[in-house]
Amino acid sequence: MSDMTHSLTHAGTALPADWRDLFALTKPRVMSLVVFTAACGLLAAPGHVHPVLAFASILAIALGAGASGALNQWYEAALDAKMKRTAGRPLPAGRLDPQTALQFGVGLAAFSVFLMLFAANWQAAALLTVSILFYVIVYTMWLKPRTPQNIVIGGAAGAFPPLIGWVAATGHVAPLPVLLFLLIFLWTPPHFWALALFVRSDYAAAGIPMMPVVAGETSTRRQILFYAIIMAVAAVAPWPLGYAGALYGWTAAILSALFVLLSAQVGLRRSAENDRMQPEKRLFAFSVAYLFILFGAIVVDHMWPL
Amino acid sequence: MTDEPTQEPFDEAEYRRRQRSRANLTGWILGGLALLFFFITMARMG
Repeated sequence: MSDMTHSLTHAGTALPADWRDLFALTKPRVMSLVVFTAACGLLAAPGHVHPVLAFASILAIALGAGASGALNQWYEAALDAKMKRTAGRPLPAGRLDPQTALQFGVGLAAFSVFLMLFAANWQAAALLTVSILFYVIVYTMWLKPRTPQNIVIGGAAGAFPPLIGWVAATGHVAPLPVLLFLLIFLWTPPHFWALALFVRSDYAAAGIPMMPVVAGETSTRRQILFYAIIMAVAAVAPWPLGYAGALYGWTAAILSALFVLLSAQVGLRRSAENDRMQPEKRLFAFSVAYLFILFGAIVVDHMWPL
Repeated sequence: MTDEPTQEPFDEAEYRRRQRSRANLTGWILGGLALLFFFITMARMG
């Protein structure tokens, strides 16, 4: 961290951090998917939750995700500086000092857990704590720099929000949110490896052992297809198991078939010289829409069953 | 040559602008949280 540059005054006093940089530290784009899946988990749960408590619970999950993002960026500042995609972030760009980022992340994490405890229940607060610690310690500090399986196991951190949303509403875990957890868990590898295939040189430059860098392109492509097939099974499972209705079932079946088709296009090809990686970019973009639509469908199916 | 961080010319206006915008934002956030905790308490009591 010693090579970080700070914005300084003539007296050597750092300028106060701009709030926009602190906001960027929370990875707002990732947070939108977290908020959406958490809200869906909460809305798909049985019973009624007071709107204020529902709002506060979702806010706590969003702040917890923001804290995880901030601590991730604090820890990876030196790596981010080596990658074109992340070099402009507040820490590697020198617009924010590491101490501020660390204090902001820890403070936000503690507050998010306290808010969840106050607005919902200790079970949801405990799950939120586990998800933050899992993302920061298990994924960011331990797995990511060591193994190409980082995304597979680390995907669990991103799979927590719908489970926390459900537990915030009910106080207990049930089969449907566990299946939703499983869905995001299995969705993460094809989603991130599609991205890793077209930003491979970035990861290689930073020394991060992402699957395409370590195991090679062919193996990554096969694994994308493999995970897409199991994910499709997990996505449709709530319907035959009786935890979701036909509306969700048909949506999941059609979209998952499309997901597998796009994954097959990626999995069964080889990139050429100066390849524009269109199938990989298409799969990555579709995977985001897929998750949004599927989680939307589970809520609609719960509220207005066919 | 040392590895000293880059020295930028002191910008009093920028310093004050950032201080003001952070103070404003902190005020709004604290006000919002006070309201949120009030409504959470009401919801839990109800």
